[in-house]
Amino acid sequence: MTSTSVRRHKATGLLVLLAALVVTGIGYTAVTTTAEAAPTAASQTQVDAGRQLFLQGCATCHGLAAQGTGSGPGLIGVGAAAVDFQVSTGRMPLAAPAVQAPRKPPSYTAEQVSALAAYVASLGAGPAIPSASDVSTTDANLAEGGELFRTNCQQCHNYSGAGGALSDGRYAPSLMRATPTEIYEAMITGPQNMPNFTDATLPKAQKQAIIKYIAHLQQAAAPGGLALGSYGPVTEGVVIWVAGIGALLLASVWIGAKVR
Amino acid sequence: MSVIVKEASKALSRADERAPISSLAKANLRKIFPDHWSFMLGEIALYSFLILLLTGVYLTIWFKPSMTEVIYNGSYAPLEGISMSEAYSSTLKISFDVRGGLLIRQIHHWAALFFMAAMIVHMFRIFFTGAFRKPRELNWVIGGSMIIIGLLEGFAGYSLPDDLLSGVGVRIVAGIVESIPVVGTYLMFFIFGGEFPGNDFIPRLYTFHVLLVPGILLALVGLHLVLVFYHKHTQYPGPGRTNTNVVGFPLFPVYTAKAGGFFFVVFGVTTLIAAFVTINPIWAYGPYVPDQVTAGSQPDWYIGFLDGMLRAFPPLESNIWGHTISWNVFVPAAVMPGILLGALLAYPFIEAWVTGDRGEHHLLDRPRNAATRTALGTMTITFYGILVINGANDIIAQAFGIPFNNITWFTRVAVFVLPPLVFLATRRFCLGLQRRDRELLLHGRESGQILRLPHGEFIEIHTPISNEEKAVILSKVDIAAIEPPAATDENGVATPGYKALRRRAKFSRLFYGDNVASPTAAEIAAAEHHAHALDDLEVDELHEAGKDVPAQLTD
Repeated sequence: MTSTSVRRHKATGLLVLLAALVVTGIGYTAVTTTAEAAPTAASQTQVDAGRQLFLQGCATCHGLAAQGTGSGPGLIGVGAAAVDFQVSTGRMPLAAPAVQAPRKPPSYTAEQVSALAAYVASLGAGPAIPSASDVSTTDANLAEGGELFRTNCQQCHNYSGAGGALSDGRYAPSLMRATPTEIYEAMITGPQNMPNFTDATLPKAQKQAIIKYIAHLQQAAAPGGLALGSYGPVTEGVVIWVAGIGALLLASVWIGAKVR
Repeated sequence: MSVIVKEASKALSRADERAPISSLAKANLRKIFPDHWSFMLGEIALYSFLILLLTGVYLTIWFKPSMTEVIYNGSYAPLEGISMSEAYSSTLKISFDVRGGLLIRQIHHWAALFFMAAMIVHMFRIFFTGAFRKPRELNWVIGGSMIIIGLLEGFAGYSLPDDLLSGVGVRIVAGIVESIPVVGTYLMFFIFGGEFPGNDFIPRLYTFHVLLVPGILLALVGLHLVLVFYHKHTQYPGPGRTNTNVVGFPLFPVYTAKAGGFFFVVFGVTTLIAAFVTINPIWAYGPYVPDQVTAGSQPDWYIGFLDGMLRAFPPLESNIWGHTISWNVFVPAAVMPGILLGALLAYPFIEAWVTGDRGEHHLLDRPRNAATRTALGTMTITFYGILVINGANDIIAQAFGIPFNNITWFTRVAVFVLPPLVFLATRRFCLGLQRRDRELLLHGRESGQILRLPHGEFIEIHTPISNEEKAVILSKVDIAAIEPPAATDENGVATPGYKALRRRAKFSRLFYGDNVASPTAAEIAAAEHHAHALDDLEVDELHEAGKDVPAQLTD
């Protein structure tokens, strides 16, 4: 809706020119400065590749050394999990400044995401990407997961995981497409408005139970028929007024029609 | 055949010896009711109420109104081993382990939404056609009371399962009760038998929901219908319909068949919706725990306007002698609903006072002919609609990506700006329609046929309207606005109650001052004569020129 109007805006040409200048300038500095990050567990080549990607795609907002700028937070110490969550769900890089980064198709391949994650992890210690055994739910208890979900998650994400509104246009996103790894990463990194659930507040076993419950929500059958987007009584009210009263008005017009 | 007739009449006479069956039937079965589709709206409410009674009985067989904590081990796995109240666990049982239980529960809940919606649509019809005027004011009050009681009854039913969503609603109600100055806290402790939520609330609410309120509603429904019977049904204006007759069909067999059929239509539509669309998935909400809440917590639609008012009100509080008074809860959730619903009940009396109209009305008003009343109605609906929208502000924010703070601010401005605008627009619109009616009576309808006469003049042929249309338009009763009295009489003595009389004259002028007067009989006759005189001249001219004469001119 807005893409054409944005393109035709008076200031667009000027902004594109500015952006091009900024990118060229940053690209130039990126080429001339020397890397000083210490190699970690990830291979040095991966970190180097990640650094290149970072300088091209992320440094504009997050700063050349990931120290943060006025337009983006510093990333030293956020860990690989945060990068993996933000980039693999397409939230980063941002398409446009907004109150909140929406989920969208990712801009980087899985390989590039790991390279970026390796680079950011090399800057300072932070939560690592959870392993397959971390997010395994085989030993988790579904009902306990439900209880934990109702206590910790649904006040923002809705009882059904459909998401909900927060103040000033911010929102808790729908969980319907979140993978177990993404859920785990979100809990340990606290992206955007979400609080951080460290292992001290929510032990790993409880995180796994929550993941199991969300997986149940994602594929739960609706025993009562159409779930109406799981929005609750508002959509039920719309149904009764539009479909219900609508149908009965038609019926009464039909029965009350004069026979001539 | 004759044997059957003989046996039937024998049985009837035996019955008649004990109760006046046939004389009552004779007197009432042939009672005439007028026919119109909008007269069936109240029936939707009546039938929904019957459906509620039938399905409600089924649900009481398994529902346990108890707040005793139990550990769930029914067939819904995601709640296995969770501690919950017996009320919630028995509702889960009805939903998953009782045959047909979920369907009946959903029919019951959908029928409740229907009941409230149908009562309100029925009220619109009564309001906009002025059917509440003398002698039916009492029936308006009964109907309005049923809407208010239905609201409480619906809320009680929504709360009984003791699921997380309803528990949040009950918590809000507890907060509203507590917000009443001085007595609030005591009242809350009285209702809940101690601190919220306590152990008494669900059993108390149950008695209220299945015994007390349905009993009151049933009595009011009966009274409502008896009064409809006693007053005779109002009718729309039309040829042969006057304030002193009823034109229509007999109760038996016409309306018994229509009404009987309509009951099954209502039951059928309710059951279809209940079979295909989820309502109140209590299993997904989980049991009520006071420290839990879900995003998007919402009441059923008929409570939405109260929630909308509560959400829009600015955060005002004051502290008097160490006691906090939460105006932000007390005013929007207790005072305002009281004023609004009180005004609703009092409306027939307010209008009668303003218009000074003391006559009986059995012929319905056309909404355009009561421009100010119609405008008041659309104004109120606009006000209500804005509040309903604000009640759902978080859901709208989520669904349409609008910050809900913006919706709240829109509401705070719009509740004051939009209703008056709608009032003015509706009133203009109605007055325009009155003017159009007058034109139609005097000059007929423009046919769009242009005729060129032999001498070169162009005329447009006007088609006179049918007698039915004429009768409908002529049903308008012109009422003069009350003139304000002189401030003093000829001796210079002040008129008693002058200010009140002047105020009333102002209101009366608002109601009737701008009404377009119906044409007088003389005006109609003159217009007809004028049309005919012209027509005759034109017919002659066309004849002389040897042209075809259009049918409209020779009528």
